[in-house]
Amino acid sequence: MNYKLDFTPVIDGLPDLLWGCLGTFLLALSGMALAIVIGIGGVILRDSRFAPARWLVKAFVELIRNTPFLVQIFFIYFALPLAGLRLDPTPTAIIALGINGGAYAIEIIRGGVQSIGKGQIEAGLALGLHKAQVFRLIVLKPALRAIFPSLTSQFVLLTLTTSVASAISAYELTSVAQRIESDSFRSFEVYGTITLFYLAISWVMMRFFALISARYFSYPVK
Amino acid sequence: MNQPASQSIASADTMIAMAHVEKWYGDFQALSDINLTVRKGERIVLCGPSGSGKSTLIRCINHLETYQKGEIRVGGTRLGDDARTIDAVRREVGMVFQHFNLFPHMTVLQNCMLAPMRSLRLGKAEAEATARQLLGRVKILEQAEKYPAQLSGGQQQRVAIARALCMKPKVMLFDEPTSALDPEMVKEVLDTMIALAEEGMTMICVTHEMGFARQVADRVIFMANGAIVEEAPPEAFFHNPRHERTRKFLGEILHKH
Repeated sequence: MNYKLDFTPVIDGLPDLLWGCLGTFLLALSGMALAIVIGIGGVILRDSRFAPARWLVKAFVELIRNTPFLVQIFFIYFALPLAGLRLDPTPTAIIALGINGGAYAIEIIRGGVQSIGKGQIEAGLALGLHKAQVFRLIVLKPALRAIFPSLTSQFVLLTLTTSVASAISAYELTSVAQRIESDSFRSFEVYGTITLFYLAISWVMMRFFALISARYFSYPVK
Repeated sequence: MNQPASQSIASADTMIAMAHVEKWYGDFQALSDINLTVRKGERIVLCGPSGSGKSTLIRCINHLETYQKGEIRVGGTRLGDDARTIDAVRREVGMVFQHFNLFPHMTVLQNCMLAPMRSLRLGKAEAEATARQLLGRVKILEQAEKYPAQLSGGQQQRVAIARALCMKPKVMLFDEPTSALDPEMVKEVLDTMIALAEEGMTMICVTHEMGFARQVADRVIFMANGAIVEEAPPEAFFHNPRHERTRKFLGEILHKH
């Protein structure tokens, strides 16, 4: 082996790589926010009394969970303009991540909602609260608490999946790295460095979720 | 439903009137021809073997259970299938459950303030004042900032009673309130219920606590197989039961204690 390590392009590109990290956080956090909204909304529709809504959510979950994310993001990026909807790479990536994460979130959150005892719901109804209030005020928080570890690992996965968005040149760490690599051919140095960056990003995300858990879900249970 | 029944049950001091109420689960008849009138301030104890329909009966009163036939009136409101009458009735009827069903993610105080604020649209200050007053009445005010999991079963059930009372209900329904409690905690909950009864609250209690029935009930009702078999004031009920089925039941549960 007479490969000489040369980190100069990486060091020169460090500001760009750090901006790329920021892009990755932006994609991940926006994608998660959308995924949570789709997840909770999906659970409400999934168990609603309106049968077509239930079927629609079921079909959506099956479609998303059984197709590759890369294909989904290409579809949104290249197919939607044919329907007259033209979006920049970064918004496209956020939507794709949100939709993909949302489909998984629906199944996860639904498990949490089903773990809540019927007695909790009846107590809320008996106190004169409406069904929607019972869901929002009584069921949701304990349900999210129950599945928060699963949701955390799903969202760390979503964070790492942002790298797939480089395929449509969304602004994030992997696409920045690809550009530096194609200019310098220092593949090992560039991808070795961003591997460590991704490790750090995942760790930050896990800390972030641990803080949310400590802040909102730390009430005692038996 | 049929006119004569609804007229006969609508007198001024009637709190609850059930007329010809029937309920099936498929082929199984859970309630058959239930006729029950409860006056304002009256204390009713409902007893009977498990599966006899006692819980189902009181759960029909606040529409946690539906029924296929008959009519239920609470106060002046005829309970229908529409959200409006169901809401109106639920705001006037408090319920205490066997397993307390406190909300685990809220403090004791928040448990008591939730429904008054969200259902009655009271302000926070007013809801909190009421909650503190009622927590004081069930002698648990010092636990107001704790979470349900930090309380004993008896304490949780007293909080559940206070939570129901915060809605200022006209009727309280108790669904086996002491059945899930350790024996040493039964008394504190019964004492709370007795105090409530003495203040004139209209109450229907599903319970096997026959000491409680003797002490506070105006009427004891015995159910079997979804029907009311016998009803009488406690004195007559315990000493002079008319039906063989009642005698057998009393023999079984009084023996046990």
